[in-house]
Amino acid sequence: MSKRIVIHEEHCIGCRLCEVHCLVQHSSSKDIIKAYGGEHSHLMPRLTVEEDGPLSFALQCRQCEEPSCVEACVSGAMHRDPLTGMIMCDEERCVGCWMCIMVCPAGAIQQNLLGTKIASKCDLCYGAELPACVAHCPNEALTFDDVAEKGAGS
Amino acid sequence: MALSLATASFVIERDPARCIACQVCVRQCANDVHFYDADDDTVRAHDQSCVGCHRCVTLCPTQALSVRLNPLEYRPHANWGPDILRNIYKQAETGGMLLTGMGDDQPQRIYWDHMVLNASQVTNPSIDPVREPMELKTYLGAKPERLEIDDHGDGLTLRTELTPQLELDIPIMFSAMSYGSISFNACESLARAATEAGTYYNTGEGGLHPALYQYGERTIAQVASGRFGVHLDYLNAAAALEIKIGQGAKPGIGGHLPGEKVTLDISRTRMIPQGTDALSPAPHHDIYSIEDLRQLIYAIKEATHYTKPVSVKVAAVHNIAPIASGIVRAGADIVAIDGLRGGTGAAPTMVRNNVGIPIELAIAAVDARLRSEGIRHRASLVAAGSMRCSADVVKAIALGADAVYIATSALVAMGCHLCQHCYTGKCNWGIATQDPYLTKRLNPNIGAQRLANLLRAWSLEIKEMMGGMGVNSIESLRGNRDHLRGLGLNQVELDALGIKAAGM
Repeated sequence: MSKRIVIHEEHCIGCRLCEVHCLVQHSSSKDIIKAYGGEHSHLMPRLTVEEDGPLSFALQCRQCEEPSCVEACVSGAMHRDPLTGMIMCDEERCVGCWMCIMVCPAGAIQQNLLGTKIASKCDLCYGAELPACVAHCPNEALTFDDVAEKGAGS
Repeated sequence: MALSLATASFVIERDPARCIACQVCVRQCANDVHFYDADDDTVRAHDQSCVGCHRCVTLCPTQALSVRLNPLEYRPHANWGPDILRNIYKQAETGGMLLTGMGDDQPQRIYWDHMVLNASQVTNPSIDPVREPMELKTYLGAKPERLEIDDHGDGLTLRTELTPQLELDIPIMFSAMSYGSISFNACESLARAATEAGTYYNTGEGGLHPALYQYGERTIAQVASGRFGVHLDYLNAAAALEIKIGQGAKPGIGGHLPGEKVTLDISRTRMIPQGTDALSPAPHHDIYSIEDLRQLIYAIKEATHYTKPVSVKVAAVHNIAPIASGIVRAGADIVAIDGLRGGTGAAPTMVRNNVGIPIELAIAAVDARLRSEGIRHRASLVAAGSMRCSADVVKAIALGADAVYIATSALVAMGCHLCQHCYTGKCNWGIATQDPYLTKRLNPNIGAQRLANLLRAWSLEIKEMMGGMGVNSIESLRGNRDHLRGLGLNQVELDALGIKAAGM
């Protein structure tokens, strides 16, 4: 069992507040006005709301049981945290080869906007009680639940 | 195209120091008020389209938004106010009836606010509901003339055969709102909350979606003039049946669900073609007298083998007392009366604001009339039409109601902001809409929880007020008008309500 962000697409209203609060959470100030002010040019949310007509959902790293990104990583930056079991990117070690982006089955890893060769992915708001996207979803379309281990894209 | 003379009702105030142009407001407004200007990376607004529902204000992550009444002032005129002028401009433009949603918004006297409750001091002890049992259990249905009991020596058994009753843990039910006028998620929220709280919700005249049959034991199924979705399984699935004659928001008028809201699911549930207007006739075409009503009541009782109470719902109008008397004599187990301020998904504005009488006066008149005729026990009295808080419920019961129906309060609990634009089908809160983009906005898990919370909160308050009066059972409060006094009412009004003036 581990904690995962569970997507409830039937409740997603496509407001993209998850993206807003993800960006703020990963800013240096963690202040929404400041994050969207000076820092905005190089900040990006680490999840994306996918939409097709009325269907929408917020997609972030699915925390695969057998993560292709970890297997493909040439520098050992992508790894499974031994304490939490979460897939993390050690930004100190990332060399920007983008292999993780190529192999991610969910398309949940992006190049960051700093141009510093760091792969940007969901870190489940490491250290916070709840991931920001879950905490700020107005319709409980994202929940942070204990789920049994499953394969990619679950 | 000729110039429109209609001015905006609201203006959007956006604090540029707070707005981060995240466009949440743009995505959330079904009226297309907010829009993003990519050239300037700013969000702006078409104020004219704003209905004042506060969806954008509530979801704005930086509290950058406020919605204000348009400060545009007309030359003051006590007779010709801005709303009157706007209505005339609109009608001169469209040639149509003015439509609106929700209940009467005019400043007619709200009698709840002119009645105060009693409390015990010194001579009779008040009761602490935290420490002592406080009974809110209510049974709706006809009560026998008298009880005959057999004494076996080792115990008693009831010989009198009781007619079917609805058992309520709290004397508050959710009033009729049809699937069609409100979304499936709203219906599911009501059904689940009623089940959790031990009360009932009402299907309205839209039939019962197959997915909601599982809540049948907590469902009152309506039979209205359009007979939408009425079939034997529907009748048998419910705990009680209700014949809808009238509705407080639009007495004398049938329902009208525009074809745009008649989706495939709704057409199946209502048993009508998809996309066609669902028009309920103003009268039931088989009811032109009390005798005709009796035939329908007993047709339903026959169909359900006399296992379910039958309610008849009427709007509170002039002569409501003899009307109610006729309904009881026709065989109804429950008489539901909906007052002037009762809500609706769509009604002509003039009808909503000008037809019918306030529920407070109707309860008092009907309870008194049924008592004087000696038939009060033959039917329960359910009052509807704007119970805004638990004190309104207590006052309604003290005036003589057995239980109340709430609908507007329930919608507000689910997020409704009373913008009164239900009839447009663009409810930004996902309640009065069938647009798949909008209906998702009401998560039934959240909706059901919020409704159950509301009922729990009101029940706590009702117990607190009852305890203060020294009453430990809602039965002892029912029709006990001595617990009420009138404030600022004239003698005619006091007499109509059957209460004394404060200080007496």
